[in-house]
Amino acid sequence: MAQAKSRLSVGEILQGPWIRPVLFLIALIVVWDLAIRVFNIPPYQVPSPVDVVITLYKEWPLLLREAMPTTGATIAGFLLSAAFGIPVAMLIASSKTVESYVYPLLVFSQSIPKIAIAPLFVVWFGFGIFPKVISAFLLGFFPVVVSAVQGFKSVDPDLLDLARAMEAKRFQTFRMVSLPFATPAIFAGLKVSVTLAVVGAVVGEFVGSNSGIGFVLQRSIGNFELPMMFAALVVLSLIGVILFWLVDVIERVAIPWHASQRHDFVVAA
Amino acid sequence: MARTQLRLVSEAHMPQSTRPIIEMKGVSKTYRTRDGDVPSLKPIDFTINEGEFLVVVGPSGCGKSTLLKMVAGLLPPSTGEIRVQGKVIVQPHSGVGVVFQQPLLLPWRSVFSNVMMPVEVKGLDKDVYGKRAHELLEMAGLKDFARKYPWQLSGGMQQRASICRALVHDPKIVLMDEPFGALDAMTREKMNVELQRIQRATGKTVLFITHSIPEAVFLADRVMVMSERPGTIAAVYDVELERPRTLDVMADPRFVALTQKIRHHFYAHGGLD
Repeated sequence: MAQAKSRLSVGEILQGPWIRPVLFLIALIVVWDLAIRVFNIPPYQVPSPVDVVITLYKEWPLLLREAMPTTGATIAGFLLSAAFGIPVAMLIASSKTVESYVYPLLVFSQSIPKIAIAPLFVVWFGFGIFPKVISAFLLGFFPVVVSAVQGFKSVDPDLLDLARAMEAKRFQTFRMVSLPFATPAIFAGLKVSVTLAVVGAVVGEFVGSNSGIGFVLQRSIGNFELPMMFAALVVLSLIGVILFWLVDVIERVAIPWHASQRHDFVVAA
Repeated sequence: MARTQLRLVSEAHMPQSTRPIIEMKGVSKTYRTRDGDVPSLKPIDFTINEGEFLVVVGPSGCGKSTLLKMVAGLLPPSTGEIRVQGKVIVQPHSGVGVVFQQPLLLPWRSVFSNVMMPVEVKGLDKDVYGKRAHELLEMAGLKDFARKYPWQLSGGMQQRASICRALVHDPKIVLMDEPFGALDAMTREKMNVELQRIQRATGKTVLFITHSIPEAVFLADRVMVMSERPGTIAAVYDVELERPRTLDVMADPRFVALTQKIRHHFYAHGGLD
């Protein structure tokens, strides 16, 4: 009886949604390792996964220390893009005039490769955390604006009529109808934004910094320390995944009513 | 058919006040579009009395929704004026509650909180109207669902909740724009019986819009038949069927005769009759 029960739970674990990507990842690492052995790839081109793990373990304190400024710059840039992006989207969505002036320029600004102008921030703001934050902000800003504009504009006109029939003031309509309605779209934008903000922070570190994961990446590649570079990449992805997951958790708390969250919500209720 | 007396006055019929509550004088609506003006409603004069259940029936695009939106103050009439309780309507006003074709409940609010929305918007006393909201929900058979979210309710329940929302601030008039159009036929019939009960219990004046002729005759004290675009009043019929009406009334010869007569307005342009 007890055995049957435990077998069932093992089966359940294998069915769990989180286990599948992990299994796939393990499979990929095995393929990576095999490829190195079969094709005789020298370690200065692609390190073996074992070497990367050893480096990760040995250099963990250093990597963790360097992860701090990167994470800080990412979060600061991300918060800035949310703090500016959402109000800008509100303005664009609420006024045709503002939209006609601002939106085309905003789209145009996206065609400027921000990576190319990143050195400019170093010229302007020096070697501190500031250029990284600006670079993270610039990459994270656009997806927030686009999604939020989409969200505010897709509010059901009947809902607006309903609010109007209740004699709701402009701000009341915004607070009670438009903002909650747009929240799921805003979160979709924030999720894209947070991963791009990581990229932005690293780009900032590439062009002018003496700390952070981006700096470690650049230095290790200069010295052909491939395992170190890969270890830094792993840390970088972890930062991205953790921040994405945090936004996801906040979304769950903020919009438990939304269709994408209902399953969990019913279980929790 | 001709022998059926449509104007028969029954003893059981509730005496209606003849105090007008909604007055329309020369009200018309023309939409301005890029391709020129589209007349939606020809000038109409009409009066709805207090406590009356008036149903407007007409084909799609005859301007019946436009008419309702103008009474609600959501749309300005192109000509003429609408008075509600003596006041000329130029913007949304608190004298009405509106029920739309879709329930339009906000998914982030519980059923109770949805019903309370007009109270919040208008800044009314939450304790007093909260009690009223609970009473309304109980009357609508939603007592146990007050804390549930809209998406946990069936379509019929959602629409009942939206009727409670339209009634919560105690308006004298309820405007209903094809409120049961999205429901299945059986739920719809049940809702008609319910609505009749609620209207009798609360004594509200109802302006109800539908394209279902049986629904119109079942619910109405008076049926206003509208012709196709641009809309105009084709006929007005008194429905002298006793209240409360059950679904059996649909087999009553007077009911059948009246639905038949109304139907002829839409299908017989040559004027059978």
